[in-house]
Amino acid sequence: MVLQLSSQEIAERTSAVVEELAQLEGPLLPILHAVQQEFGFVPAGALPVIAEGLNLSRAEVHGVMSFYHDFREKPAGRHVVKVCRAEACQSMGGDAVAERMRERLGVDWHETTADGNVTLEPVFCLGLCACAPAAMVDERLVGRVDEARAVALLAEVGA
Amino acid sequence: MTLIKETDFGTPAATSETMVTLTVDGFDVTVPQGTSVMRASVEAGIKIPKLCATDMVDAFGSCRLCLVEIEGRRGTPASCTTPVEPGMVVRTQTGRLKDLRRGVMELYISDHPLDCLTCAANGDCELQDMAGAVGLRDVRYEAVDTHFRAKNTSGEANPQWMAKDESNPYFTYDPAKCIVCSRCVRACEEVQGTFALTIEGRGFDSRVSAGMHEDFLASECVSCGACVQACPTATLQEKSVIEIGTPDRSVVTTCAYCGVGCSFKAELRGDELVRMVPYKDGKANRGHSCVKGRFAYGYASHKDRILNPMIREKITDPWREVSWEEALSFAATRLRAIQYELGKDAIGVITSSRCTNEETYLVQKLTRAVFGNNNTDTCARVCHSPTGYGLGQTFGTSAGTQDFDSVEQTDVVVVIGANPTDGHPVFASRLKKRLRQGAKLIVVDPRRIDLVKTPHVEAAHHLALRPGTNVAVVTALAHVIVTEGLFDEAFIRERCDQDAFADYAEFVSDEKHSPEAVESLTGVPAQDLREAARLYARGGNGAIYYGLGVTEHSQGSTTVIGIANLAMLTGNIGRPGVGVNPLRGQNNVQGSCDMGSFPHELPGYRHVNGQEVRDIFESMWGVSISDEPGLRIPNMLDAAVDGTFKGLYCQGEDILQSDPDTKHVSAGLAAMDCVIVHDLFLNETANYAHVFLPGSTFLEKDGTFTNAERRINRVRKVMAPRNGYADWEVTQMLANAMGGNWSYTHPSQIMDEIAATTPSFANVSYALLEEKGSVQWPCNDKTPDGSPVMHVDEFVRGKGRFIRTDYIATDEKTGPRFPLLLTTGRILSQYNVGAQTRRTGNVVWHAEDLLEIHPHDAEVRGVKDGDWIKLASRSGETALRTKITDKVSPGVVYTTFHHPTTQANVITTDYSDWATNCPEYKVTAVQVMPSNGPTDWQEKYEEFSTLSRRIEAAE
Repeated sequence: MVLQLSSQEIAERTSAVVEELAQLEGPLLPILHAVQQEFGFVPAGALPVIAEGLNLSRAEVHGVMSFYHDFREKPAGRHVVKVCRAEACQSMGGDAVAERMRERLGVDWHETTADGNVTLEPVFCLGLCACAPAAMVDERLVGRVDEARAVALLAEVGA
Repeated sequence: MTLIKETDFGTPAATSETMVTLTVDGFDVTVPQGTSVMRASVEAGIKIPKLCATDMVDAFGSCRLCLVEIEGRRGTPASCTTPVEPGMVVRTQTGRLKDLRRGVMELYISDHPLDCLTCAANGDCELQDMAGAVGLRDVRYEAVDTHFRAKNTSGEANPQWMAKDESNPYFTYDPAKCIVCSRCVRACEEVQGTFALTIEGRGFDSRVSAGMHEDFLASECVSCGACVQACPTATLQEKSVIEIGTPDRSVVTTCAYCGVGCSFKAELRGDELVRMVPYKDGKANRGHSCVKGRFAYGYASHKDRILNPMIREKITDPWREVSWEEALSFAATRLRAIQYELGKDAIGVITSSRCTNEETYLVQKLTRAVFGNNNTDTCARVCHSPTGYGLGQTFGTSAGTQDFDSVEQTDVVVVIGANPTDGHPVFASRLKKRLRQGAKLIVVDPRRIDLVKTPHVEAAHHLALRPGTNVAVVTALAHVIVTEGLFDEAFIRERCDQDAFADYAEFVSDEKHSPEAVESLTGVPAQDLREAARLYARGGNGAIYYGLGVTEHSQGSTTVIGIANLAMLTGNIGRPGVGVNPLRGQNNVQGSCDMGSFPHELPGYRHVNGQEVRDIFESMWGVSISDEPGLRIPNMLDAAVDGTFKGLYCQGEDILQSDPDTKHVSAGLAAMDCVIVHDLFLNETANYAHVFLPGSTFLEKDGTFTNAERRINRVRKVMAPRNGYADWEVTQMLANAMGGNWSYTHPSQIMDEIAATTPSFANVSYALLEEKGSVQWPCNDKTPDGSPVMHVDEFVRGKGRFIRTDYIATDEKTGPRFPLLLTTGRILSQYNVGAQTRRTGNVVWHAEDLLEIHPHDAEVRGVKDGDWIKLASRSGETALRTKITDKVSPGVVYTTFHHPTTQANVITTDYSDWATNCPEYKVTAVQVMPSNGPTDWQEKYEEFSTLSRRIEAAE
């Protein structure tokens, strides 16, 4: 579904986002979020536009963007499944859940299935340690994920 | 001679006047409040191990190596981020600290290649030093994932490994050796202010990245070298060190590029220059540098450099290499023959703003004492002569009023007709630092120079005036200040001439000078101009910095006067943080003016018609000096065409390329019988020369340069002159060949003579400079330590004098045939006519001159980016390629003059400043039309210069 975006289109749509949010205090992160919302990822071509708009250097914007794993350089699949890999979830059997998901999808971390349906991502703490192991399917949090539940979750998103 | 090791205090100095005493390892130490424990320890003579701290940038606290124990505090705080407190008891070396530090070092080393013996930083690496300092003997961690192995043990490529970036011509970035201390990133931000570097990623993936993971050359990097300076390892390393090895001795000297006058350590091995390192004690640069001073010294050993004297009968002959004796006697005979035939006034000299004060002094002495006339002029004629006139008339002396440190106390900076980030980059970095701290900026320039908007800096007002309307804008600013009552009445009453003020106030209040009245003329919106005037008048300490965009106009002197008026009106004179500061173009242009290079002035700006001044020199030199002012450069050329001026000694100056209206210059030179060019290279002027005397570089001689803040800096000989003689020796030999009978054996004797004859230099001596490092004139019994700020209690001339500044439009006007206005300037990587920088790696940034043109103007003419175009004015035409940009306004085009193949000065006219003849480089009416390559003139000239540069093979 993702069409090739022209650099002009990226620049124009990013400019509109920057214009809208530039007046916030500390506007860079809200802008990066909004750009990701706009395109589904943060295109490389958007960074110089943001830098220009906020009077920052390209390097600074790149530094911030690359610091947060949540900002993607490439479009994700139709669904994003995030599996917590932090200590609490690991101690509750998270490793096996993670392994099962990778196996089921046939992809490694940060990869997308060949049909473009699901992107699998590790995440370090969803704040749901009490219900470990935890995962997140698109915007929905899920607790107490065991292997069976993991398979069921994937089935829900058609994988 | 040894390598000078400067102490790294770890964190910057604190400026508080309150002192705090603490104990470090049992020793008491007293430091200003706000000092870090780390710095206090170094002051006490105790160096705490550190990696991420260095005193050029603020403390960061990331490496955890500088931990200390402080009595009464829990844990082991980092000494770099902990400020001192009274009575603090600090311990820097305990069992616990030793274990912690060793543990930290083990972690660092586990992801670092152990190739010290073949590493370029071997012996000059802080990581290596720290491993030694903490007693690292073993690394318990086995490196599985690393950043430094290109392949793992089974031969698969390591995705974490990144190849070395060698794109920059002067240094390499080797990510394999990086410890991610962020020193380079912070240096780029805090010191240089470019923000070209960042740390990308996080955790183990953290890497230094130029731009958006680009190579250094493609990024925003301006190659100032601050990151290389900051890097504790071989990650950012000079290519010269990689090629040659580490230096083993250093000599402190002064950069020979722009008027900032940065101090450098020239670091050598034997007589091979390994690198130039900015010197922290240099008061102009405070340890910073730019791409030219730090890296672009390769011209000194370039193959084009001429090392033997040469002569020829006619300029159409090939050059013939001869001995010094033969060349000098050939020159002397010809010069004397001309004088015999046409009178003693038929020859003259041009002094160099790139040579030392001592050399310049000798060249003007040559014409005054040996030739017997005052025919001396200098390239300041074509740059800052209006500054001399304007500031002389209003304040009483021709020089900037401040030191560069003053910018740290400025609240409102006005930059007029200057482009500091390109022309005076080290000052620009200091200025940007102040602007990031909150000072306001007003830019008056037809182009949107980088300072108008650059990361973290934005001008409050950019008055993008039409070229040639400076006087109208400056007068309108004064109009607002006077009519809105924003002037500093107390200052004017106490410090300035009342009648002159009354007259000026009446003049300037006239409605015809209001921003609204001149808006249609200048193109500056009236409201913007009013707000800028209010900001300058009432924004706190206001400082004006200006450049050649002010002086190189038919009304250059008037604008300088207008600027001085503004400063006096608002009381912005005579204390730190304010003032009027010309940014001088060349390293010693201030000095060459001070040394009496102008035809009407003896050293110290004293007119030649003053008998008492002539007496001083006459008794010192044992000759009688003419009381008639001599010829200026344009007059010399006119006289040459008329046949009354036929001999010229031109030291370190390429008038053919740098002076306006090239065709007129070449006609003048071609009409002479003896043109002596004394230079490093066969420059364009040398195409018309009969005698070529090889010059020496700043690395090869002793002397002094005076920078834009009147600072006299020592130039020290770091190697023997490759051509055999320093330039002052050559001038002396020429003088003696003509019967001068001079006998200087060292430049210090020349300085002594200057001090003895020139009141503002009275106390200057090499001994004093050795002791103080540098000193700002006036330096005499009244101000024995020199004068960082001038006009403190009263103006040099007594009362400050306001002078009317009527705007008179230049005669150079646009019309149907020439509808665009051309203005000229320079860029960061090149310097002046490019004779030096074109012979260095700097050409990667600027291989040719380009014409900047606004998209509208380009479209109308069917010109695309990168196209060849013909640029024509009433004087001539040339061809070059375009760069389409909205940095210039519609109706304005811009180019640089660094390349002789372009010869931008074929275009410029011979209009000049009414008072000083400074040429009007900044305004030429032109037309731009598509073209398919160089013009006939360019091709013919190219052919001529190839012919003219032939050197006959030695028999």
